[in-house]
Amino acid sequence: MSKHHVSATINGEPAEFLCEPQQTLLDALRDELDLTGSKEGCSSGDCGACSVIVDGRVVCSCLMLAVEAEGHTIETIEGLARGSKLHPLQQKFLEHAALQCGFCTPGLLVAAKALLDRNPNPSETETRYWLAGNLCRCTGYDKVVRAVLDAAAELRGA
Amino acid sequence: MPMLDYTAPSTVEEAIRILSGASGTAKLLSGGTDLLVQLRSGRTKPDLIVDTKKIPGMIGIRETDGGFVIGAATPGAMIGECESLKKAWPGVVEAANLIGSTQIQGRASLAGNLCNASPAADSVPALIVARATCIVAGTKGRREVPVEDIVTGPGRTCLTRDELIVEFHLPKRPPRSADAYLRFIPRTEMDIAVVGAGVNITLDRGGACSEAWVALGAVAPTPILVPEAAAALVGHKLDEKVLAMLDGAARRACKPIDDKRGTIEFRTKIAGVLVRRAATIAFERAGEQR
Amino acid sequence: MNDVAQQFKWVGTRPIRPDGVPKVTGRALFGADLAMPGMLVGAILRSPHAHARIRSIDTSKAAALPGVKAVVTSADFPEQKFEYVGPERVAMNFWHMTRNIMAREKVLYEGHAVAAVAAISKAVADEALSRISVDYEVLPHVIDVDEAMRPEAPLLFPDMITRGVDPAPTKPSNISKRIEYKLGDLEAGFAAADVIVEMKFKTAPVHQAYIEPHGCVARFDADGQGELWSSSQGHFVVRALTAQLLGMKIGDLRVYPAEIGGGFGGKTVVYIEPVATMLARKSGSPVKIVMSREDVFRASGPTSGSAMTVKIGVKKDGKIVAADGVFKYQAGAFPGSPVMNGCMCAFSPYDIPNARSVGYDVVCNRPKVAAYRAPGSPISAFAVESVLDVVAQKIGMDPLQMRLKNAARAGTQMLYGPKLAHNGYAETIEAILNHPGYKAPLKKNQGRGVASGYWFNAGGESSATVHVNEDGTVVVATGSPDIGGSRASMAIMAAETLGIDYNQVRPIVADTASVGYTHLTGGSRVTFATGIAVVEATKKVINELCARAAMTWKVDAEGVIWEDGHARPASSNVGDFAPLSLKEIAAKRGLTGGPIGAAAAVNPGGVAPGFATQFCDVEVDPETGKVTVLRFVAAQDVGRAIHPSYVEGQIQGGVTQGIGWALNEEYIYTPQGRLDNPGFLDYRIPVASDLPMIEAVLVEVPNPSHPYGAKGVGEVNIVPPMAAIANAIDRAIGRRLTELPMSPPKVLAAIDSGKGT
Repeated sequence: MSKHHVSATINGEPAEFLCEPQQTLLDALRDELDLTGSKEGCSSGDCGACSVIVDGRVVCSCLMLAVEAEGHTIETIEGLARGSKLHPLQQKFLEHAALQCGFCTPGLLVAAKALLDRNPNPSETETRYWLAGNLCRCTGYDKVVRAVLDAAAELRGA
Repeated sequence: MPMLDYTAPSTVEEAIRILSGASGTAKLLSGGTDLLVQLRSGRTKPDLIVDTKKIPGMIGIRETDGGFVIGAATPGAMIGECESLKKAWPGVVEAANLIGSTQIQGRASLAGNLCNASPAADSVPALIVARATCIVAGTKGRREVPVEDIVTGPGRTCLTRDELIVEFHLPKRPPRSADAYLRFIPRTEMDIAVVGAGVNITLDRGGACSEAWVALGAVAPTPILVPEAAAALVGHKLDEKVLAMLDGAARRACKPIDDKRGTIEFRTKIAGVLVRRAATIAFERAGEQR
Repeated sequence: MNDVAQQFKWVGTRPIRPDGVPKVTGRALFGADLAMPGMLVGAILRSPHAHARIRSIDTSKAAALPGVKAVVTSADFPEQKFEYVGPERVAMNFWHMTRNIMAREKVLYEGHAVAAVAAISKAVADEALSRISVDYEVLPHVIDVDEAMRPEAPLLFPDMITRGVDPAPTKPSNISKRIEYKLGDLEAGFAAADVIVEMKFKTAPVHQAYIEPHGCVARFDADGQGELWSSSQGHFVVRALTAQLLGMKIGDLRVYPAEIGGGFGGKTVVYIEPVATMLARKSGSPVKIVMSREDVFRASGPTSGSAMTVKIGVKKDGKIVAADGVFKYQAGAFPGSPVMNGCMCAFSPYDIPNARSVGYDVVCNRPKVAAYRAPGSPISAFAVESVLDVVAQKIGMDPLQMRLKNAARAGTQMLYGPKLAHNGYAETIEAILNHPGYKAPLKKNQGRGVASGYWFNAGGESSATVHVNEDGTVVVATGSPDIGGSRASMAIMAAETLGIDYNQVRPIVADTASVGYTHLTGGSRVTFATGIAVVEATKKVINELCARAAMTWKVDAEGVIWEDGHARPASSNVGDFAPLSLKEIAAKRGLTGGPIGAAAAVNPGGVAPGFATQFCDVEVDPETGKVTVLRFVAAQDVGRAIHPSYVEGQIQGGVTQGIGWALNEEYIYTPQGRLDNPGFLDYRIPVASDLPMIEAVLVEVPNPSHPYGAKGVGEVNIVPPMAAIANAIDRAIGRRLTELPMSPPKVLAAIDSGKGT
């Protein structure tokens, strides 16, 4: 079984890795690139914990083959903060206590970033539907939604 | 140890050559949101994955003579962002956009939704009532196939092993016409349709239905066209009596199964409800175009 | 909140959690994120059958596969003694537990582990599993609780004689245990009632459905010592159980707490840890095991499904005079459902003179149940709180006023023995009665339902150490895994006690060798019991700080007090000394006796129970049976909220789990006894778009037994929602649903049939 060589841009940096054809992008991020911030909650695209942004669109990295990443631009949770400066979404999640266990949090943040990149002023309903693919079992989503809306307001003001 | 390989051809011809020359089982990959789940569960064990997304034209939407051509691997999110398509075929777009989460929308395509051949595929009833066709390419050349002829049974299509869908064609919209798609799921998102219903109608100048198409999903081994339900609409404006006839015709067309997502009784009742509601939306939309 | 703000500097405020940044940047390490050099991948072969005898297992072809480093079956684990150990309510039997982590004579549910391998890659491990051949004799199986109780049901254990029945039955059955609590004269009570309502109920098993699958890494040395990194609700418990199942000394196993991605009770027991440790022992290399989502659903958790009958009698004025309940809970493949809790909690919110609850613990061919948020109580409460709503409607009384009239208060005799020691319930009812939303008008097909709940809460053993660093900053180490912000509440309590800034305190969750024994994060016990340990240790540190100041000032230690983060002379008689800050005392520690720190180990009494009262508004689609939750308001007596945001979060999360339980979550089986929905696609937990904001109303009736008044807050919030929603549906469309989940097909059937299920 021959491994594929993949070149992609990950969190703004050129990255290369080897992968087997059946490996998912999530496998490659976690096992080949040590980017374990993307989580495996289901491996079937139902929980969103592995959300990453590929060429500007949020996708489940468990539903994309690693080889498909060739030539594409990928943003993961590890790329959300700028150095030690947190993204407003990250800061608002902390301020609103929008995480309890924190396992779904990376996926929620990545999906929320994709939302705000596209729609700087989402309604509560739009936010809830956009995030419906990100399961959270701890929070009941209340504080998550508030944090996203608050971050959107701050980003609009900035 | 299972051996799997991956290839991403850059032309349709190359894809056909690979498919026809493959020694084992080859699987076409577009969005991958069904295929990867099946790969992981072991439900499918291909020897080769042929990624279609590097082929020019497979992703994208263009307008032609008032109609639309949608690349087979175009993700749902892109379909939802095409304002002219949404205006002309709102039912098709809402159906395509109902497939899975935001994340799934970033990948899932019409060709994948169709060729996965699930009776519950959301986009299929909407494409059927829109009279959409597929351009299928293979070693014998290209053929145009109505969407309703592609799926032959659960998990089965009429495509031969050397064939792939390259694009979908949506016809030009006549005036005073509109479509709508509704599905029923237990939650608000993330579920497979328990029932899906697509309705596409054209009204005459007086506001009565002059032409209608009705299709149902998840109530038979494949998505089905229901001409009897369409017939209940033609020649009429929507009133309680017409809606009741439509409901009855839809119910009579159902041959569902009992499974974890719904019972025969429930699916049958819901099919009637959804067809009524979808028809009401389609009539409203068509009426607004006067 | 004003008096609290004046009373405390940190308690009741909402600072950012100390472990927050790694969790929003993806840097926090959960169970599956750990890696070690030379680490192998462990994988577990699971039964495809619901019930089968294992005639033989042949692992030779797997062992011969290149890259396979170890193969394990039940033969590798020592046999355990058959005995129930620990308090009756949570008794364990290691004879059962060793069979649950690796089947011996029989497989008892689909997904039951039968063998495991460690290999150089996942692909090799999976291939090895496919080469293990198990010769099964498939046996008839039983899934449903009522079916399992029938005399002719297939028996999971041919020698199981029901405990708690006198005289003991002569014939074996699937009924592991019968329990009964009685108070007063039931017959006389019902005879005095003006209205009696008796109803039957069924609930489906539901899973905790934490998003993080179980994950662990184990290593084992030739001298018999091992280390384990595990995502659990209690690494001390993981250590104890794993050591027992492997026949190790507890001191030879060190367990490190990984960050835990949700547990809700489901990560209080071991599944993969003993297997990974055994594979590490046999292979000599570190081994990681991570469960798949399907494994999690098939072979961990869930909580019981049930069948219940509840009968309640009231006077016309709403006074409850008698209550009787029969509660049959599925335990899954091995005894130990939370039916005892169910019996104890069922009627506990109320002062009822004549009452009885009878419970049955029933085994069946499903995964062995694990604790799930207030284990047992939500199930029996669904029945009791539904019947109460029917009763209230019959006598034409507001359901909250009826609850208030019967509310248990401090001193009320409880069915299960003790007298209630704490108030708090009536206050939650009043909070909802006074909520403006409770009287808001509703539209067609909408209804408002209320329900209440009770949960014991827990105390238990906890340890903490508090160290003052060289610069006066402080480390607080506890043994309680943080599943929802408990590091923040520990830091708040330490900072409050010391009178220093919250950000000067760094709380950690220490491994089993670095802090004293600490029981599970469960039972809503951490802020209470571990909080007391933290405050005790902090007080010892304060005593030491005062002593150091006294030494510096050359006065008696009694002459020094601690105030606002400083040592001060107790009075002007002691002398005229400028106050010494923590920082200053820390800087001089070398001259006054060396490092400053203290430990505390506690097993506190004075646990106060949790009470909750909630209302919700729902809308029912009369044509599809779909129920939409429009509004949810949840009041809970929290004692005092140490960090209100995380208290609200517990309430919002518990309510949401209850909504899922009420409307859509269930284990669905095929006729062959296989789980038909082992994934998040068809095991339907609530998604963001299903829900409104969940309004948490914090009722603060402080607990005098906790230094800051805390009561456990994690669990009771999941008790009322199922009944609240059923009651709301009934009031919306006039149909009483008595089976969970109240999914659209059931609601529509009830609408179309003209009556409830």
